[in-house]
Amino acid sequence: MKHDVAYYISQTAKDLQPSGIRKFFDLAAGMKDVISLGVGEPDFVTPWNIREAAILSLEQGSTSYTANAGLLELREEISAYLGRRFGVAYNPKNQIIVTVGASQALDLAFRAILNQGDEVLIVEPAFVSYAPLVSLAGGKPIAVSTSAENGFKVTPEQIEQAISEKTRALLLCFPNNPTGTSLNKAELMEIANIIEKHDLLVVSDEIYAELTYDETFTSFAAIPGMYERTILINGFSKGFAMTGWRLGMLAAPKEFVEAMLKIFQYTTLCAPTMLQYGAIEALRNTYHEVESMQRSYRRRRNYVVQTLNNIGLDCHTPGGAFYVFPSIRATGLTSEQFAEELLMQEKVAVVPGNVFGESGEGYIRCSYATSMPQLQEALKRMQRFLETKGIMRDREAGALSQL
Amino acid sequence: MKLNSEELEILKIIEENHKASAETIALMALTSEETVKNTIKKLEDEKIIMSYPTLIDWTKVDGQESIIAMIDVKVTPKRGVGFDDVAERIYRFPEVSSLYLMSGAYDLSITIEGKTMNQIAAFVSEKLSTIDNVVSTTTHFMLKKYKHDGVIFDGGADDKDRRMVVTP
Ligand SMILES: Cc1ncc(COP(=O)(O)O)c(C=O)c1O
Repeated sequence: MKHDVAYYISQTAKDLQPSGIRKFFDLAAGMKDVISLGVGEPDFVTPWNIREAAILSLEQGSTSYTANAGLLELREEISAYLGRRFGVAYNPKNQIIVTVGASQALDLAFRAILNQGDEVLIVEPAFVSYAPLVSLAGGKPIAVSTSAENGFKVTPEQIEQAISEKTRALLLCFPNNPTGTSLNKAELMEIANIIEKHDLLVVSDEIYAELTYDETFTSFAAIPGMYERTILINGFSKGFAMTGWRLGMLAAPKEFVEAMLKIFQYTTLCAPTMLQYGAIEALRNTYHEVESMQRSYRRRRNYVVQTLNNIGLDCHTPGGAFYVFPSIRATGLTSEQFAEELLMQEKVAVVPGNVFGESGEGYIRCSYATSMPQLQEALKRMQRFLETKGIMRDREAGALSQL
Repeated sequence: MKLNSEELEILKIIEENHKASAETIALMALTSEETVKNTIKKLEDEKIIMSYPTLIDWTKVDGQESIIAMIDVKVTPKRGVGFDDVAERIYRFPEVSSLYLMSGAYDLSITIEGKTMNQIAAFVSEKLSTIDNVVSTTTHFMLKKYKHDGVIFDGGADDKDRRMVVTP
């Protein structure tokens, strides 16, 4: 080659920042006996009926392509599911695409709606992929920072302040990764007013919809007037414990779906066939398992939130997902220092909040998708760690001693 | 007996986390330790919580293996001696580990544990078939336990955590 290899790498790829999560993965992966609260996926294995359906479809030889948008039978199931669970109506024939994870659905959405330089408002702290995906599609990510004071809920004022001439869309993700925060119908309706007023689109990442614990989940597309402006994204990864399957879904008014399908047919062709058969079973017959996983997460959330507060890390009670996002300000450390020292000293892996955006600085993300005994041990270690930092707010004396 | 939603939640948590302390259960159920203790006491008194059994795989312990058989029993109840009376005669034997009244081709289903095949044969011929109302018995010896009370023996592929340590 005539030049340095770097010469042959595109500017786009060079400009992309490596994810902060990666760094922690490298640190933790090399260590033994680590208890990880850093995992962004369920601790359940996919329910057997779903696995069995996929195996059966393989045995029957379902190894060819499906329609670009996915098996019609699956799209019909998705349509029924979205209607039944969230009260939104999408035509399986031309309003739904089965994607390779919610991740790909997000990519398609941005590519289909953004022109060069269009701005997308991203409510932060946020899932690490949003900003890079917006950039890759030629858009400009604009952070809308939320804060712990109101439980990381975004307000209409915060959104309105960030709107410019170039704003094209707002990305919403509730229940949220990493804060676990969810918004109720009234709060979403206030946001809808702003969307209407400024003629914006909404990309609504509802991947954690099934993991909502206190209030009923409301889909943004179900808010009056928002259906036509919303690209609804959901998936199987979290609620059905199917992260490794890489199956997601998107639903939108048919003109948007047409545009996204054009891109999808060239980039992907279709989602894996045998897995789509598993997904049909997931939507048809997994109601009880999904509910029982949800109850299990809710109990662990209750335990973790209260215990974190007891050992001296202020933590709001999140309404969904499987994350808590406590403040570590009391320690005087930055998020990264805290996470690194905790890992080295006590072998507990958490994710520093700053990787989810500037407003995440001063916080850490702890996933409670881990068994109760592991959580108990992790919290015991965290308490010990905090004591070395001079923090001993053991409100109920001996609260942790008898775990 | 009707339980309120809090009592029900406590009961379900115990079912899944039988080793959890009252304090941990309280945190999980968003209630007080006091309430948990009182509820458990009440559920035990009412015999809703029957016992806290430990499931042991004795086949892994040398010299502790046992033989298990399931016996289908046909019974003709007579006036004054119903199924319950026959059942009582049977379940009082300590080697009987479970006993159910069944619908279908036979009436009682017995699970019995013994040290040797002879011991079980002796139970069937000397104790069981000699009971007045017992018409016939069919004994099936158990060859292998795959799953018992929701627990998979040795098949715990799903128990392994295959996730990477940190993911988005
Ligand atoms: C908010 C959010 N959106 C999307 C995804 C990706 O989901 P999928 O596995 O369906 O691509 C994740 C996974 O961590 C997530 O947390």
